[in-house]
Amino acid sequence: MKRIGKMGAVLALTLSMVMLGACGNNNGGNQANSGNQATKAPAANTGNTKEAKDITLGFSQVGAESGWRSANTKSIQDSAKEAGYTLKFSDAQQKQENQIKAIRSFIQQKVDVIAFSPVVESGWDTVLKEAKDAGIPVVLTDRAVDSKDTSLYVTFLGSDFVEEGRKAGQWLSEKYKDTTEDINIVELQGTTGSAPANDRMAGFAEVIASNPHLKVIASQTGDFTRAKGKEVMQAFLKANKDIDVLYAHNDDMALGAIQAIEAAGLKPGQDITIISVDAVKDGMQAASEGKINFIVECNPMLGPQLMDIVQNVVDGKPVEARIVTKESTFTSEQAKEALPSRPY
Amino acid sequence: MGKLYKHHLFWPLCILAALLLFNLFYSPDFFSITMHDGHLYGSLIDILNFGAPLILVAIGMTLVVATKGIDLSVGSIVAISGALACLTISKGTDQNALGLIVISILLAVGLSVLLGAWNGLLVSVAGIQPIIATLILMVAGRGIAQLVTGGQIITVSSSKYSYIGSGALATLPFSIFVVVLMLIVALLLTRKTSLGLFIESVGCNPTASLMAGIRANWVILSVYVFCGVCAGIAGLILSSNVSSADGNNAGLWYELDAILAVVIGGTSLNGGRFYLTGTVIGALIIQTLTTTIYMIGVPPEITLVVKSFVVLAVCLIQSDSFRAAIFYRWKTRHYPGEKESIRHVS
Repeated sequence: MKRIGKMGAVLALTLSMVMLGACGNNNGGNQANSGNQATKAPAANTGNTKEAKDITLGFSQVGAESGWRSANTKSIQDSAKEAGYTLKFSDAQQKQENQIKAIRSFIQQKVDVIAFSPVVESGWDTVLKEAKDAGIPVVLTDRAVDSKDTSLYVTFLGSDFVEEGRKAGQWLSEKYKDTTEDINIVELQGTTGSAPANDRMAGFAEVIASNPHLKVIASQTGDFTRAKGKEVMQAFLKANKDIDVLYAHNDDMALGAIQAIEAAGLKPGQDITIISVDAVKDGMQAASEGKINFIVECNPMLGPQLMDIVQNVVDGKPVEARIVTKESTFTSEQAKEALPSRPY
Repeated sequence: MGKLYKHHLFWPLCILAALLLFNLFYSPDFFSITMHDGHLYGSLIDILNFGAPLILVAIGMTLVVATKGIDLSVGSIVAISGALACLTISKGTDQNALGLIVISILLAVGLSVLLGAWNGLLVSVAGIQPIIATLILMVAGRGIAQLVTGGQIITVSSSKYSYIGSGALATLPFSIFVVVLMLIVALLLTRKTSLGLFIESVGCNPTASLMAGIRANWVILSVYVFCGVCAGIAGLILSSNVSSADGNNAGLWYELDAILAVVIGGTSLNGGRFYLTGTVIGALIIQTLTTTIYMIGVPPEITLVVKSFVVLAVCLIQSDSFRAAIFYRWKTRHYPGEKESIRHVS
């Protein structure tokens, strides 16, 4: 009996390891995309004009946590293929140490350019220094790092979250520029302390400050999720009788809030004007149905721009230290038109 | 009066009443309940509706805690079950087909049983400490949920599925009936059969219970399975409430809220005794607190601090020794000179 118990324990342990191992493998499956790498990895910093097929780009992605991120990954993979570069792709599964490992292996493989979306802001100085010493230029995409020494990376390509907030505020100011009564705004913030939440809030507040009738009467975090967005909006609806505008920091929270508004017997988009950021598929769908009035795009399709930067860096051309992704905005009508051709 | 004061539900109920009283003064609309196309609408209904998944998870957790165990994986099971149900429905041609909904629910609950059994086997047969054994699934479960959803948020447009989490039966949210049903099942099983006694005895001393003829391993296995099922159903309610499955965020940190609800309800983490009704009150306290914080407009930066202060106060009030110490200080106030003399005498 005792022996069986022990064997059971061993079996269970093995099973758990297999299970964990299987998950790891599956998540890391994306690494297969690195594919058959070019054997003659060119030494860094040599030629000024390189053929596209000789250029190797090492890219370390945050993970696959959302539809936005998946679209981002796909855009980079597709445009690398289009440009004819060899792409070494690595998925960090939301962990900084994986990303540091990936960057170190890129340095060892002597890739021409390293690009990555940092999982967190801090703690990159050492590994970036290593890349600099190896003479490999680094491009940050989508998220920034807080290194004091900006010479550690060539450029930061990504969205300007403050500008996104401003765009949302501008549309609202425009809509209510002639109003004589107070417009009550409620705000669903992103995860407290995250850069998108802070910046989208700041940009929006900055613009609407010019119109004294636009008042943010309640602002609470919805953690960028639908469930929280719904829960918080329900509480807002109970606590405030007269809500005119909802500003959500991403589409998911807006979608949750729409359900809460509908449950309260109000019409989203009509009784309450809804502004949101991101323009993911479900959000655009809701916008085309008139449930979201205005969406500010946060563009994940930064592959083509990244490839241009890579080409310029390899050619030794100067690159601006901050490059903002091209982003547009959608009203309900524009969303209806754009929806069929959206890639994500 | 003394009997009432000693009752295990006395302090939890006092705290709940205090929270509601605060709302009565601070936001009078809190108690207003109106009718909206056939269902009741108001903050109290919201608390019941949003609290439903937490109550369910906490009921399962109570029984696990009663065996001196702990289940950290409930949040992950919530995510997996919601993800599997939504995936099944989204694959179907007619998302409103009743058969499809039933199959997806059965699949999700079936998988929860398996996951619960996995936890139970690790704890009972393999003899791993519960906190470690369930930690495995807590971490791996998020990965499994993301595998199921493919890292995306799966949206379903099925009015039948969304009925579970946001539909109304007899003007009350349907989820409440699910919770009441599970509560009755748990109460009948533990209080009308000897299972409750078995659970308590295993919680006190598994070896002694085994000597007394109780199959301790089976008892432990069954409570983890029950906890898994509760979490699975909670996952269905949560995902159907927003008609989508989010592998990353659904049920995140649910295990902590559930454990807190169990403890507020008067069940000791040392095992051996449990109070299911206390747990329900505990979960309601947590949900009321959350809703209150949203309604009174606490800035998001300090929300967690406010929450932790209230929880700290709740735990202190419930602590017998803390109350005794305060009471003793109050009753026997000594002057410095008197203190001095007492010290010298003793």
